[in-house]
Amino acid sequence: MDTLINKRIKQVLKGDQNAYSDIVNSYQQSLYHVCYRILGNQQEAEDIAQEAFVRAYINLHTFDPKRKFSTWLYRIATNLCIDRLRKKKPDYYLDADVPGTEGLDLYSQIPADERLPEEEVERMELKERIHYEISRLPEKYRTVVILKYIEELPLQEISDILEIPLGTVKTRVHRGREALRKQLGDV
Amino acid sequence: MDACPKNIVTYMHAHLDGDISATEEKELRSHLNTCGACQKHMSELEYVVHTLESLPAIAVPMGFSERVMLRLPKPKVKSSIQRWLRRHPMLVAVAIFAILMSGPLMSGYNSSSEFSVTDYPGLIVKDGSVVVPENETIKGDIIVKNGSLEVKGKVDGDITVVNGKYMASAANVTGQVKEVDETFEWLWYSIKDCVTGIFSSK
Repeated sequence: MDTLINKRIKQVLKGDQNAYSDIVNSYQQSLYHVCYRILGNQQEAEDIAQEAFVRAYINLHTFDPKRKFSTWLYRIATNLCIDRLRKKKPDYYLDADVPGTEGLDLYSQIPADERLPEEEVERMELKERIHYEISRLPEKYRTVVILKYIEELPLQEISDILEIPLGTVKTRVHRGREALRKQLGDV
Repeated sequence: MDACPKNIVTYMHAHLDGDISATEEKELRSHLNTCGACQKHMSELEYVVHTLESLPAIAVPMGFSERVMLRLPKPKVKSSIQRWLRRHPMLVAVAIFAILMSGPLMSGYNSSSEFSVTDYPGLIVKDGSVVVPENETIKGDIIVKNGSLEVKGKVDGDITVVNGKYMASAANVTGQVKEVDETFEWLWYSIKDCVTGIFSSK
């Protein structure tokens, strides 16, 4: 797969834009899925995953072909996701009016991030429930848990993607698992 | 769980990551066999892992890659030109030199292949020939390109004829009369004209 991808990258760099669609087709599923799990909703996931592919295209000349392309691509996508999460992070009262938007409070702006009533959580299907619990994880645990368990990436690769030491990745995976254990045991 | 070894939870996670030594594994096993609380903890963690791993993949929305392709910028032609330029710096230098050198010369000469004349109200212009009629006095310089000039009256200024013939019957010209032929002379004339222009304007 990597030799094929490297061939396509060379073609794109020579000006053959159509060769890029092979690259998109090869990674769209995993990239979209990661974005979906990190961001929690499909609309933002599509937006950010597309943005990641566009940025990768624009910066393709900076990619080092000796490295793994998927690692580089995941890095772009996770950085974009984290930026997006930080932008919408609610650190004020949710029912306060948003300045400049009459009658809109923050509840209407934040999707699945806030806590749902317990009865509603109890009614959820398991896969819905775990998706919801992932979205409640702090962002740094959420990212590693998703890369490890949903993308099934080796810890070393996660460390390369997020540019954090391997030991930190391990700690975050542990804490993420513990947090999920507690959350799932809560209800 | 107070009596449990301090790092037993660490071992649990190491076990889950497949990152545990044989002795640690043994220690973990024997402890789990005797401690119900830790057993519960371990099985809850395994449940978390299992649920995470069983999460179904979400299908990419239809037309995703097409939409990505549409969002790509289109600098294709430009970038290939840029790459070419970067690869052949000498050729670029030579080409730029050639263009700069030939530009003014060619344009000056080409435009001079058409007939033109400095326009004054008294001049008679007909089929590439210009006549200053008798009884007429032109005040100013006359330049004729690719045509003949015949002076029957008076000219109060210089006369320049490029690629053409100058005829004067009465020769009533107060200034200089110049006839210029061919490219080189035209170029030389242009340069001289330009230089004198600079100095006279000061």
